[in-house]
Amino acid sequence: MSIELIIGILNIVLISTTPLVFAGIGELVTEKSGVLNLGLEGLMLVGAVTGFITLVLTGNYFYSLFLSIISGIILSGIFAFLVLNLMTNQIATGLALTIFGIGLSAMLGKKFAGTPIDGLNPYYFIVISFLLVFLVGYFLSKTKSGLIVRAVGENHNSAYALGYNVIKTRYLTIIFGGVMSSLAGYYISICYAPMWQEGMTAGRGWIALALVVFATWKPWRLLVGAYIFGGVAIMQMNLQAFGVELPGQFFNMMPYIATLIVLVFISSNKVRLKLSAPSCLNIPYEKNS
Amino acid sequence: MIKVQLREDYSNLIFYLSPLVAVALTLFFGSFIFLILDLSPIESFKIFFISPISNSYGISELFVKATPLAIIALGLSYCFKNNIYNIGAEGQLTMGAIFGGGIGLLFNDSTSVFLLPLMILFGAIGGAFWATIPAILKTKFNTNEILTSLMLTYVALFILDYFVVGPWKDPAGYGLPKSMPFPDAGRLPVLFDGLRVHIGVYFAIIICFITYIVYNKTLFGFKLKVSGLSSKASKYAGFKYKNLIFYTFIISGACAGLAGLFEVSGPIGLLYRDISPNYGFTAIIVAFLGRLNPIGIILSSLLIALTYLGAEDAQLFLKIPSAVGFVFQGLVLFFLLGTDFLNKYRVFIK
Repeated sequence: MSIELIIGILNIVLISTTPLVFAGIGELVTEKSGVLNLGLEGLMLVGAVTGFITLVLTGNYFYSLFLSIISGIILSGIFAFLVLNLMTNQIATGLALTIFGIGLSAMLGKKFAGTPIDGLNPYYFIVISFLLVFLVGYFLSKTKSGLIVRAVGENHNSAYALGYNVIKTRYLTIIFGGVMSSLAGYYISICYAPMWQEGMTAGRGWIALALVVFATWKPWRLLVGAYIFGGVAIMQMNLQAFGVELPGQFFNMMPYIATLIVLVFISSNKVRLKLSAPSCLNIPYEKNS
Repeated sequence: MIKVQLREDYSNLIFYLSPLVAVALTLFFGSFIFLILDLSPIESFKIFFISPISNSYGISELFVKATPLAIIALGLSYCFKNNIYNIGAEGQLTMGAIFGGGIGLLFNDSTSVFLLPLMILFGAIGGAFWATIPAILKTKFNTNEILTSLMLTYVALFILDYFVVGPWKDPAGYGLPKSMPFPDAGRLPVLFDGLRVHIGVYFAIIICFITYIVYNKTLFGFKLKVSGLSSKASKYAGFKYKNLIFYTFIISGACAGLAGLFEVSGPIGLLYRDISPNYGFTAIIVAFLGRLNPIGIILSSLLIALTYLGAEDAQLFLKIPSAVGFVFQGLVLFFLLGTDFLNKYRVFIK
């Protein structure tokens, strides 16, 4: 195998993994505050299509990025209102968000499928994704606000008793997660593809969800995990080059199986579980009780 | 200022009325979507909700779509009643199709009357097997069943993909990723000649009936209710909570597997990649919309099946993507979950 081929493959891994980093780091912050958002796939698709449509109509990258982010704020805001104010079931609400997003994006994007655009250079986003992981890691472990986010996720009743606003904190983390997901979608339709196609995120939202668990809710591990997952996916496409005889589907299911193993490993020990997973994950917070 | 207060009196009326409110709100917002798309809402609703079922073919198709949704949702209701979130029905459905369909391919020259029952049995076993994995992981290793059942769904989809592009690929299929067709003995009988509605409908009705009896007349149903309300109370009462987790997972997995087998041995007739248009996930909506009540689930499965049909017609006649059905499904679940709030809380303006 030549050096050029290796560099080429590494380059593809770098470019193709970035959406996982964006969506994953957003979901990590959301989950750290105790909310499980299964709507990533829907958020990504809507973010991708709004960015794409705006770019086609206005030709302005700034507007398209801006509207893509707005779409993430609106959709995740609706999710936050439902799960935080109306105390709905997080699993069902997240699934509804995904189903709704798949439908909405396909409807909005129908007229624009196949329209050619000038893609944006992916390297800007790749650099930003690394910075983001660093910033989120710093935020969660070194700042007071980060500590509040973690406190709310570990025990919302104690956090409330200490005078922290649980609902407000979770609103912010959910919206941060939503914006990151729409950025992931924007990256896919504007930089990675660059085009729009129905359902083009191709399950990356679910992989990002797995990734957060795989990383045991730690930003740096998330970055490493994302590149492992992304690398495996690219390897699957270049099996011949590596001289591997295994079926491609085996590689495709690796992220999920690896996540299952990690999940079993951390859950089987109570101390280990407490050290990794936010204790209040998916537990509704009722102020009245 | 708007104030909310926890309800002390629990209203059954609101509980069963809220799905209707949710559907009404969905239609209201749906009409805006049609307006944005420059379509007349009344005309569009006609195409979406009325014309698909205005002839015998359409009604048959409604039951074709509603059958898997109802069977899966009935199974899921056991888990949800027990507060166990099995969201991997799509994977269990796929495993059922692989197991049952595998039997059909193994005996592909069989004409025996026992082939179909064997396929049905293996379909249920396949789904149940895939559901026992999260059950074991939950009871032995304390893992979160939401995440494990979701991860296993994607593993199952890739396993199916492996089989249909690999060992089970039809040699005469021009290299397409699909298996050869099942023998006639392995096909699900249809109820009427020329229509696709099949005997799976009977299974749905029987499962609905059994579920009704179980929930209302048996100790097992009572145990589910108690442990769903409080797992601590269930332990205190001496119920074996871990066993309950196992049973509910196996029941819901078997139902999903059954639905998967019915799909491949009924309308489809072979194995290929996209055997299910998200039935496993949509059934979660059906279960919630039907309020985990067996009869409610049958009604909501018909309604959600209509969104699938309407979406197909909308694509044909209104030139909008069939994904519009997902928009309606998502909206109805949003509104249902939202209106549940009124169920638990009294809202008044002060």
